[in-house]
Amino acid sequence: MSKTTKQVDEVVIRFAGDSGDGMQLTGGRFTETTAIVGNDLSTLPDFPAEIRAPAGSLAGVSAFQIKFSSRDIHTPGDAPDILVAMNPAALKAHQKEILPGGTIICNTNAFTPKNLKLAGYETNPLEDKTLDDHYTVYSVEMSKMVALACEDLGLTPKLVDRTKNFFALGLLFWIYDRPTQPTKDWLAIKFSKKPELVEANVRAMDAGYNYGETTEIFTTRYTVDKASLPPGTYRNVVGNYALSMGLAAAAEKSKLNLFYGGYPITPASDILHTLSAWKHLGIKTFQAEDEIAGITSVLGAAFTGSLGVTATSGPGISLKGESMGLAVMAELPLVIINVQRGGPSTGLPTKTEQSDLLQAMYGRNGEAPMPVLASSTPGDCFYAAYEACRIAIKYMTPVMLLTDGYLANGSEPWQVPNIDDLESIDVKFADKSSVVDGQFMPYLRDKKTLARPWAIPGMKDLEHRIGGIEKEDVTGNVNYEPDNHHYMVKTRAKKVESIADELGKSEIFGNKNGDLLILSWGGTRGACRSAVEALRAKKKKVSHLHIRWINPLPKDLGEILIKFKNVLMPEINSGQLSKIIRAEFLVDVKGLNLVRGKPISSADIQQAANSLIG
Amino acid sequence: MSEAKVKKTYTKQDFTSDQAVRWCPGCGDYAILAQTQKVFPDLGVDKEDLVFISGIGCSSRFPYYMDTYGFHTIHGRAPAIASGVKLANPDLSVWVVTGDGDGLSIGGNHTIHLLRRNLDINVMLFNNRIYGLTKGQYSPTSEIGKVTKSTPMGSLDRPFNPLTLALGAGATFVSRTIDKETKHLQEMITKSHAHKGTSFMEIYQNCNIFNDGAFSSLTDKETKLDTVLWLENKSPMIFGVEKNKGIRLDGNTPTVVEIGDKFSVDDILLHDESDYVIASLLSNMTYNDGFPDPIGVLYSIEDTRYEDMMMDQIREATKKKGKSTIQDIINAGDTWVVK
Repeated sequence: MSKTTKQVDEVVIRFAGDSGDGMQLTGGRFTETTAIVGNDLSTLPDFPAEIRAPAGSLAGVSAFQIKFSSRDIHTPGDAPDILVAMNPAALKAHQKEILPGGTIICNTNAFTPKNLKLAGYETNPLEDKTLDDHYTVYSVEMSKMVALACEDLGLTPKLVDRTKNFFALGLLFWIYDRPTQPTKDWLAIKFSKKPELVEANVRAMDAGYNYGETTEIFTTRYTVDKASLPPGTYRNVVGNYALSMGLAAAAEKSKLNLFYGGYPITPASDILHTLSAWKHLGIKTFQAEDEIAGITSVLGAAFTGSLGVTATSGPGISLKGESMGLAVMAELPLVIINVQRGGPSTGLPTKTEQSDLLQAMYGRNGEAPMPVLASSTPGDCFYAAYEACRIAIKYMTPVMLLTDGYLANGSEPWQVPNIDDLESIDVKFADKSSVVDGQFMPYLRDKKTLARPWAIPGMKDLEHRIGGIEKEDVTGNVNYEPDNHHYMVKTRAKKVESIADELGKSEIFGNKNGDLLILSWGGTRGACRSAVEALRAKKKKVSHLHIRWINPLPKDLGEILIKFKNVLMPEINSGQLSKIIRAEFLVDVKGLNLVRGKPISSADIQQAANSLIG
Repeated sequence: MSEAKVKKTYTKQDFTSDQAVRWCPGCGDYAILAQTQKVFPDLGVDKEDLVFISGIGCSSRFPYYMDTYGFHTIHGRAPAIASGVKLANPDLSVWVVTGDGDGLSIGGNHTIHLLRRNLDINVMLFNNRIYGLTKGQYSPTSEIGKVTKSTPMGSLDRPFNPLTLALGAGATFVSRTIDKETKHLQEMITKSHAHKGTSFMEIYQNCNIFNDGAFSSLTDKETKLDTVLWLENKSPMIFGVEKNKGIRLDGNTPTVVEIGDKFSVDDILLHDESDYVIASLLSNMTYNDGFPDPIGVLYSIEDTRYEDMMMDQIREATKKKGKSTIQDIINAGDTWVVK
């Protein structure tokens, strides 16, 4: 029979299965291949905190969503066009989010009475026709087919069954016209010591691909044209990896040694893992005994002239608070990364949230101002990390970089930068010019940046003592005088505020005035931009402004805000940045605050915008 | 830092900062500071290569008074900060000054992890068995039943034995000295410095305000010969006014015996700094009635150091993968070109 090919602009696929079904890996391979094909893409991994929740249970469902397009896209998509459900629980957990008229592909063999019961189905949804009114359902015997494909390999049935995700991958490769060769090459490297596993997975993938090609069930293939991205060399990049590269780039450009201290915590651990694999760059990583030792070891390294970095998530930030205060007091360059996750307490460890902004701003005792910036996309994590390092060194201050679980694990095509093009980072260590009457003056500040001189152990005649007790200006000696304290409090604040001078003008997407300005920070940028694009296409007078620096805020923000009749700020929290902006500029910012552990969708934002401006 | 550097000759004055010392008059800390400043010129380390890291507490003011690099940090975290200093520059001579509260209570975790990693850092733990800076609450080394402001009916928790704790954490150098024993204090500082790996030195220090006389039986002329066991490597464990008492193993149990008719010097246990069992046995004499308090080096062995292994791994990775730049990593992986 003939197969037709249909061209589409964009597709959203969600792979869902048991934690042990390899959904993240399947999604990852589909993403890499889609990147090679040249589509723009955005991904959203969504997995449970439990490593292996009971098999077949709803709690154990792990999912990976990818949106890919021939156009420039900003989000991993709202509702999927196609759901691959490897078991009943995966179907149950995700079915209601599929677009009406969407497609469901199921591994029929997993729809056993036991699994159906675990998922809470009274009858088999693949047989009782309940899905058929709304979706196109393909029931595919994936387990059976991989068993047949691998039967002469002499592997245990259990091992063979684990290749079923590659069957699903192969089938999706066929449907969306993607090559299988890159994944075959990847498998050959991944299982180089177990050739039988390479063979089994290749056979499973080919079986899936051929199933699409030869059976009469699938009649349509879809193609998505290459995206028209700016010219350049691209690669796919995941947020935490991009961030790690940004740190290493900053170390190289500043000619400082990178010292990373940290304690494993979801979803920040991949930064520790990534940097630990780059010892050949001279990077030192230290898995400390706890979160506090993570940051304090970094503080020690910064005192000794390294570029000190630590990364964690909310609970770790709580533990690091006192040490950040010391870094503010000691005025040492330090980068603290908070990969935000759902809170409070342990909260939702594997889910995303933006609820640590006020903690980043104010979560320390005393007046302890710290520059805070947030990255906006997985690829932007590179530039945000670089920027955080540059500012920390230039102004001799700890800097907090906020990312989140979605940015950390999400991915997108990324134009490969040439690090020669990045703004330089000039380190000027202290010298004799900071010595007065034979004594080094650790708080004799640079007049412009207010940064104090950085003298490090090993430098002759610059021996000095610093600490957490209030210091006398210039000499750095312990000082309890009221006026000195007042002056030092103001000076530390002024130093942070002065960073705004180099941030430049804010870039507004759309008109400079209108009915509505949508404000975003961090990972909600993409959804806000998509929403504004859609609203503007409907001739609405809506603009978008994304805020990269939370502290200090852009200098021109106040003037921008008053040019709009309404201001809407979507945040995955209860309105943390809008609270600050309301306080700073006395503007009636409306919040769209959805705290569900997942990104706010473009549709949510459009709806909120429409209800504001009609 | 480097071999080529000409070592300078220093005096005590070179290590004395211009800051007024602000401990209570009569505090044992003065003696420790003085002996440190006195012995440092003989260590052969350039002043700029010395770093003192402290936490919070009376003892932690120490770095302000030493004219070296110094960092007075936050409560309990000195060992972790010092680890960062040492890992950032392994050529430095790094010293941690801490107390029984700072190093064993709020910072206990960092202390044990420093010891197990065996970085070449010298820990001076001033033990006065009381909280001084917060005005007199009991500490984790206070004897059980200690009556203080926070324990009017006596403290309930059993004390930590710092040396037992250090040995249990895998310390490679464990010693004890007393603030008033100036020569011995100097000797222990010198030995700590000479040890490659983490050296743990407990210093019995008198807090004359909140716990005066805590160690008087070990320092008073009338009693100290009977209460202190001065340790000498490879020497028998003999003490007492008449030097007629010694430690003898009765099966696996140490006992105090009198040298005379029944036992001779040959029956007395020989100290061996490299013997973990002997070190444990010695450390457990503290808080144990009927036994003298051992003073000196209990334990000293050579073992691998974290910072050396870290640098070895960096060299090995660089040799294996070749010296790379971040651009190599940025460019790696599957890429495609958009024209």
